[in-house]
Amino acid sequence: MDLGLSPGPQDDAAVADATGRSARLRGELRRHPSLLVGGALATVAVIVAITGHIAPPDNPLALNPGHALAPPGPEHWFGTDQFGRDVFSRVLYGLGIDMVIGLIVATLAFAVGSMAGLISGYLGGWIDDIVMRVVDIVMSFPSFLLALTIAVVIGNTVRNVIIAVTVAYVPYILRLTRSSVLTARSADYVLGARAVGASRSRVMTLHVLPNAAGPSVVQATLMAGWAILDVSGLSFLGVGIQPPSPELGVQVAQGAPYITSGQWWISVFPGVAIILAVLAFNFLGDYADDKLRGQGS
Amino acid sequence: MPGLDIDGLGISIGNRNVVRTVDLRVKPGTCAGLVGQSGSGKSLTALASLGLLPGAARVIAGRVLLGGREIVTPDRDRTAEVRGSGIAMIFQSPRTALNPVLRVGHQVGRVLRRNGQHGDPRRRCIELLAAVGLFEPDKVARLYPHELSGGMCQRVVIAMGIASEPQILIADEPTTALDVTVQADILDLLDDVRSRTGMGMLLISHDLGVVAERCESISVMWQGTIVEAGTNATVIGSPRHPFTAELVRGLAHLPETGGLPAQSSSAGPADDPAPEAGG
Repeated sequence: MDLGLSPGPQDDAAVADATGRSARLRGELRRHPSLLVGGALATVAVIVAITGHIAPPDNPLALNPGHALAPPGPEHWFGTDQFGRDVFSRVLYGLGIDMVIGLIVATLAFAVGSMAGLISGYLGGWIDDIVMRVVDIVMSFPSFLLALTIAVVIGNTVRNVIIAVTVAYVPYILRLTRSSVLTARSADYVLGARAVGASRSRVMTLHVLPNAAGPSVVQATLMAGWAILDVSGLSFLGVGIQPPSPELGVQVAQGAPYITSGQWWISVFPGVAIILAVLAFNFLGDYADDKLRGQGS
Repeated sequence: MPGLDIDGLGISIGNRNVVRTVDLRVKPGTCAGLVGQSGSGKSLTALASLGLLPGAARVIAGRVLLGGREIVTPDRDRTAEVRGSGIAMIFQSPRTALNPVLRVGHQVGRVLRRNGQHGDPRRRCIELLAAVGLFEPDKVARLYPHELSGGMCQRVVIAMGIASEPQILIADEPTTALDVTVQADILDLLDDVRSRTGMGMLLISHDLGVVAERCESISVMWQGTIVEAGTNATVIGSPRHPFTAELVRGLAHLPETGGLPAQSSSAGPADDPAPEAGG
């Protein structure tokens, strides 16, 4: 990527390239409905989340007991909760929190899992044995239960919730990466690179990992969605992110007692937001999967 | 004693001795040929010299010296220090020999950098690609392997092999996967590099035609051991082992001097397209 690749005097080519790119994107969207739906949902969610943080219609944390439990209407689009806080603002704000946490968990799980899988699969031997037995142990617990236990033990700050969910997800990425590494390590170009003097770390990071990471990237994309579900689930149960944070799971939990008395809006709007965010990542993961299969990797 | 010296090398897989007491010598600036059937242990011998034997295979006897220094013995492997700058190897199957996710220029440049070549690596890389006969090397450097033809890929592989300016280059069936006219070009290219840099070359092939045409000395390998070795003229002129004789009969219509043009490389005894099984 850094050799003989300077753009040089080819502005025309660059323009042609840009139009070619937008045409390619349109074709891509036609061929892959999952990209269309996922991309649209994710775009909307990101815009909404950013708006919620930069310019919320109302302060998502400001109490206003005078307006408590107001139904959806022109003044409060999604109504207000039992403390008079604007549910619309809280959903916008909370969506941002959940999406960022989902992405952080997916990124961390991918980073840790793929590196460990690479080392385990490439080096093999006793390192591989130890890593895989640890993974077996971790995977013998349902991931949500494990995350819940860890969160309870280490205490429920935002950072700890992220750690808990990440720990529960790493083994899935690790196993997947390891299995692809086992195939990629015996590829001709790996032997070729070694035969002209590439060091072990170079071979691993430059030749094996990029050719083995495909399935894990798909998995990580899907994991961003699961992470939102698990984090909001933990928060709903009270062991995740704590009130008064407008995290979506917290909001669903706070509104739950009011559903039976007809004040459905406190729980339902954040719930729908969770669904949309998870769907967005699921569709994008589907698309990544399609692409990967298309390449026959 | 410069050059590569393989001395009584033995390799086993499990408890099977697949290579026994192999002696081979490659002097700087010369080309030594190693001929043998698929599965006769040619590739294993070469891989052992680089310390790249596959999982179950082990060196059990003998040693490999590079420039007089022991690099491989049954209980020592110093090849990591010399791989690249001292000894390098290029393989058959150009299609799969390049990393599909990296641009060609990047892959060649990596080798240059790793070996601390002086000068601008980017310029050097383009010079190298030009030297292996690629047109518009600056454009080729920006392409991915799947955008190249088989012949172009093999040229890039060779560029990577010579980028580190090794004292010894082992070429394992460098032309087997290519069509006949390209084969001759690639072999000419390797000859040219050898005469310019003083690099010693070990050319491995199942095709005696190719080897007879290019190499000063020839060793014939059969079922894991060298059955015949000598200068080009002795081996071709008066083969002693029945297997060699059979190979030479396949060359019957070749003039002894071996100064044939390109087409001769198709006249090998075994036009076996099956890839070398590596032992």
